[in-house]
Amino acid sequence: MDPEHLAQLESALAHVTGFIYPNEVELHWSILIVIYPYLTGLVAGAFILASLEKVFNVKELQPTYRLALLTALAFLIVAPMPLQAHLGHPERAFEIFLTPNSASAMAMFGFVYAWYLMVVLLMEIWFDYRADLVRWRQSDKGVMKLVHWVVSLGSRDVSPAAVAFDRKAVQFITIVGIPSAFLLHGYVGFIFGSVKANPWWSSVLMPIVFLFSAIVSGISMVLLIYYVTTLLRRKELDMKCLNTLASFLLYALIIDLSLEALDFIHRLYESEESIEILEQLIFGKLFLSLTIVQILLGTIVPMVFLAAARFSELPDEMKRMIYFVAALLVQVGIFSTRWNVVIGGQLFSKSLRGLTAYKLELGGQEGLLVAIGLLVLPFLILALLLKILPPWEEAKTSPEPSEAPLA
Amino acid sequence: MSQTYDRRKFLAEMLKFPPATIVLGVIGPVKLLAAAGDDDDGYEPTEHYYAMGIRVEECIGCGKCVQACKLENDVPDEPFYFRTWVERYIVYTDGEVQVDSPEGGIHGFPPVADESFPPVADGKEILRTFFVPKLCNHCDNPPCVQVCPVGATFKSQDGVVLVDEDYCIGCRYCIQACPYGARFLDPRTHTANKCTFCYHRITKGLLPACVEVCPTQARVFGEIGDRSTPLNRMMRMSHLEVLKPHMNTEPKVFYTALDGEVR
Repeated sequence: MDPEHLAQLESALAHVTGFIYPNEVELHWSILIVIYPYLTGLVAGAFILASLEKVFNVKELQPTYRLALLTALAFLIVAPMPLQAHLGHPERAFEIFLTPNSASAMAMFGFVYAWYLMVVLLMEIWFDYRADLVRWRQSDKGVMKLVHWVVSLGSRDVSPAAVAFDRKAVQFITIVGIPSAFLLHGYVGFIFGSVKANPWWSSVLMPIVFLFSAIVSGISMVLLIYYVTTLLRRKELDMKCLNTLASFLLYALIIDLSLEALDFIHRLYESEESIEILEQLIFGKLFLSLTIVQILLGTIVPMVFLAAARFSELPDEMKRMIYFVAALLVQVGIFSTRWNVVIGGQLFSKSLRGLTAYKLELGGQEGLLVAIGLLVLPFLILALLLKILPPWEEAKTSPEPSEAPLA
Repeated sequence: MSQTYDRRKFLAEMLKFPPATIVLGVIGPVKLLAAAGDDDDGYEPTEHYYAMGIRVEECIGCGKCVQACKLENDVPDEPFYFRTWVERYIVYTDGEVQVDSPEGGIHGFPPVADESFPPVADGKEILRTFFVPKLCNHCDNPPCVQVCPVGATFKSQDGVVLVDEDYCIGCRYCIQACPYGARFLDPRTHTANKCTFCYHRITKGLLPACVEVCPTQARVFGEIGDRSTPLNRMMRMSHLEVLKPHMNTEPKVFYTALDGEVR
């Protein structure tokens, strides 16, 4: 047996207060399982943001449409990695596809994921970029020519009819994509919300809370990426776009906070047998990460910042600085949200009589370094995607439909 | 554990099903199933349905059951892995309840008056104390089986919840889903592990190890049904309780004299 693992358990045992079942000393879902809903939330949120432009015709968000799609793809590619790394037998993971237990929420992961990646995200990106890919290929040289040829799957047709079909296809996929994005993250919420043994998780609101926190996280992440990439490319930030992002972020935050408050009040009012231990949890071990980081710094402060900047006469430079800081705080808050759900739900005993502790290790398969690696990886993948599929205005080879002369 | 009712055996039996169906009308279901099982010992899971009774009033907290279980089932020695354990409850006159289970109760419990035990505070008086042995409840409606993504944990025909360690992917969803803390991840195999009612013993007609060693017969093992067994007798004569009935897991470990404080 791994002596390091044992030492970890010994130290956890020393931090136990009250009574916990003896098998509960080991905390089973570690930081890797915190990262998983964090990443999928970003995927769903970024996609929903992208669909605002396509389906709901929010034209101000046009500069972030492709960026949001690529962001969603980059995070989606990494999303299953923490799950895989966390398995006791990663080599058996394919059994979930081969012999899924249809009663298991977790068994559906592979199918939801595959649907979202293959049918929604890749198809939408491909149709949206297809005409550009064909034209880029003609002017490309060297490796890029080959890359764009491969990505375009050899497609050549840029006739108006073909381009019109692309637009229709994108429209259609986005319409299918919105419920799919809801499914992707709502489903992650269901994995936790359906565990009746755990009173901190077991809530019918869980998928909905997850969904709105996903939208919050996706919008703020795209805002951050748009901000940074635009500055790095020494271009002008589109203030209209930033203002719209800020508005949507504010609205989503309001809904998110309301849902969290509803959940909290509901629990308090029902006051079930678990209320005492949950009270100890909230005001003890989770006070910093829940009350201070998630609610105050991650939700209320950004809401005040966004509202103040959005509806004031501040100069644009000032406004976007505030947006940036607010979005950054939101990211920290959302990560805390995931932490508080996943780790928080395992800090109390199912005997409802005691609390245990989680100590994050630095190294090891489930340590901090691996976690940081998994959080950095999507950005590296995004950087690569931005090289292959530049989402920028100046890279486009055909005018937007709204700007095109009417035939 | 060659006796477990595993996937391979199930498939093998399925293959034999078409010819067996023809025989069905002739010799009846019991003989058919006996013919289909190629197990030499003739054990027939459909003819059994197991459960356990625990008489809280008889348990003296000696911890022999915990020891026997660890030995019999090769459960890791460290005090973080238990297929069964014993909890001690101390209820004070002011309503406060104190629960402990030092190392799962494997070495018994220090006397309440002992110095190693937190002394009874001034002005406090003990109302009652008792021990509660715990183990997997082999629920009839098991949440662990429901959530297992690959079907590695399953309910056998004779009513025992088992884990196929060659199939378990180690996702630990079942551990999260169990309301009773009855499961752990075996640090050697990285798969879920739990009480099997000593399946390798009961299918040979022996008692589970914990029941075998219990000096006070606080644990009663047997079958539910019309057979005349000690368990059936206990179930007929006593007021029965199960743990966390509101979870609707339908446990098959039945307690007598279970205090409302026990969760």
